[in-house]
Amino acid sequence: MTRAVSETRRVQRLLLSALRGPETLQSMPLSDWDLLLRMARRARVLGRLESDLARSGLLGIIPTRAAAHLRAARNVIAHRNTLISWEVNRLLWALKGIDVPLILLKGTAYLLAELPPARGRIFADVDLLVPEDRIGAIEERLVERGWFKTQIDPYDDRYYRVWMHEIPPLRHRERGTEIDIHHRLLPRTSHLKSEPGSLFAAARPLADPRLKVLAPTDMVLHALVHLFLEGDPDEGLRLRDLLDVHDLLCHHGEDPGFWHSLGPRARALGFERPLYYGLQHAQRLFETPIPADVLRGLDDAAPFWPVRKLMCRLIHLALLPEHPDHPSRWATVARWLIYVRAHWLRMPPGLLARHLSHKAWLRFRGYRKRVDLAQLDLKQQ
Amino acid sequence: MIVGDLSRRELGKCLAEGGLKLQFGPFNLTVRSNLDSFAALAHQLYEPYPLADAAEISDFHVEISAPRGPRRLIRSQACFGVDGQFPFAPYTVEHAFPALEWGINWCVATRAHHLLLLHSAGVERNGRAMLFPASPGYGKSTLCTALVHSGWRLLSDEFGMVKPEDGLLLPMPRLIPLKNESIDVIREFRPEAIIGPSFLGTRKGTVAHVRPPQESIRRAQEPARPRWFVFPRWVANAPLTLEPIPKSQAFLMVATNAFNYDVLDEIAFRLVTEMIFSCDSYSLIYSKLDEAVNVLDEISSAGDD
Repeated sequence: MTRAVSETRRVQRLLLSALRGPETLQSMPLSDWDLLLRMARRARVLGRLESDLARSGLLGIIPTRAAAHLRAARNVIAHRNTLISWEVNRLLWALKGIDVPLILLKGTAYLLAELPPARGRIFADVDLLVPEDRIGAIEERLVERGWFKTQIDPYDDRYYRVWMHEIPPLRHRERGTEIDIHHRLLPRTSHLKSEPGSLFAAARPLADPRLKVLAPTDMVLHALVHLFLEGDPDEGLRLRDLLDVHDLLCHHGEDPGFWHSLGPRARALGFERPLYYGLQHAQRLFETPIPADVLRGLDDAAPFWPVRKLMCRLIHLALLPEHPDHPSRWATVARWLIYVRAHWLRMPPGLLARHLSHKAWLRFRGYRKRVDLAQLDLKQQ
Repeated sequence: MIVGDLSRRELGKCLAEGGLKLQFGPFNLTVRSNLDSFAALAHQLYEPYPLADAAEISDFHVEISAPRGPRRLIRSQACFGVDGQFPFAPYTVEHAFPALEWGINWCVATRAHHLLLLHSAGVERNGRAMLFPASPGYGKSTLCTALVHSGWRLLSDEFGMVKPEDGLLLPMPRLIPLKNESIDVIREFRPEAIIGPSFLGTRKGTVAHVRPPQESIRRAQEPARPRWFVFPRWVANAPLTLEPIPKSQAFLMVATNAFNYDVLDEIAFRLVTEMIFSCDSYSLIYSKLDEAVNVLDEISSAGDD
């Protein structure tokens, strides 16, 4: 094993053990703190570490420099949370009079339903699930009340409207916050058939009855589908999203009946394969307490062994952030394969070939379009 | 230990291998580079800067390096990297030095949200700080350079960094980038100022870096209490005018000009309010540097009474 490989494993272990329990951080040498901060930033879990340490009363005893980075992460998160909550408030105002169930998804749901994954987590935008036949009315009303359709090229617009599970994002003119409106959890073109009807029926209202969140099992399954099918070839699979799944499993796992209904619900929605992978990796990386019979019950959802072994390896590689000073070719390959697989599941082969070649063309052209540092307005960051 | 304690060769090796660990005020930076031209400039311009303790945490890991892969054969370029990621368009290799300096600013502005970051130059005298909040092009770097060569200590030419715990300003006396005409103005005003080479045709025009006086760099860990806000504006041939500004107006000018006022929310409101109450605020229009320096000296000595 080369030094780069052993160093990579060491810093990945460092990150995972910090996420499993902040107690391990008490006696950590400064050089490891340096690496941990970089790894945690890459995996977007700085805020999570801050929150864990604050809960255990350990913030006061960590090195001052580390505490400053964690404090900075916490300030940004608090600010984003304010923006998201306010955006939902404005949405309700804008949609007054339109009788439509608004199901909050992902971070927006965790935040407003006060669920554990919201702790120390940064949210980009507001995600909603609404019945497909109401999208027109909602979009029209939002555009009347200050949001606008973001400028995208005709290819992307068609991509969203014809094939996808969401419409192009709407952005508010003054606040700049984006809203993603979904009508299903997966693209229309996906191999995994996901009819959204039963999701609406099972959704749970929040304190404000105009807002709902997915039922516990559906919320876990959506987090997994999002993790495995909405990848980015540069970023890989987001460890942060698997941590959400871990949190949701720990939280909802306390409810009687949750574990028994999880497998059957996954099969009913056609999501048993993502559930299989998700539970395996959550247990492996975060030691999530998952009942043995739930895992056994999903054995038949796994692919046959060579594929299973390969997928396990690829997912592991794509989930864990690399050592910032020792990039790994294998991890790059794994991220690409996982990305192509995600697209393979999202659309049929002909469409996939067309779409990926279009994206490749954009990447090729976009090489020179990277942001110019000297022209950047640092206040917009 | 300071950068100047390393030989040119040792410095190049440091930059190319584990990285050069610099201390810029409150931040430790690890800088890597495989560019010879960069190492030569760093040796010259960073000479008096302290090296951070090897065991300490580095706040930012940055690099300015030749791109990987086939592109390096086509054109000599330099890419700014942070934590192994290269988020920005490449520069020609001649502009590697200013690119790294801009990159470091980007790191501070996008990551140091544990501090309130005013977009402001700052200088200090007798423990009291004078801040110059202004947008680019208002002449704050030029004025600040003139002051730090006239008995004031440099805090920063770009960031007014306020610590939420005690409202004190943290110094970060980095090189001051002068643009275009300002370079000659300063050469004439203080011929003894140490100014690096001019980088022609960068995306901000011609840029040259002034090295702050040793004293400012040596005292980089000494915070200062804000005492004056001066909103400067250089106007060609304008007579010198210095006018007090009402606090309400000064508040808005400081808050709207900060990098992360909205990120810090209530903390930012409290800090700016406290600063505005404890500071006198002025607007300054000037065309001649010596007049501006004199009038600011007067304000500061009037405060001594």
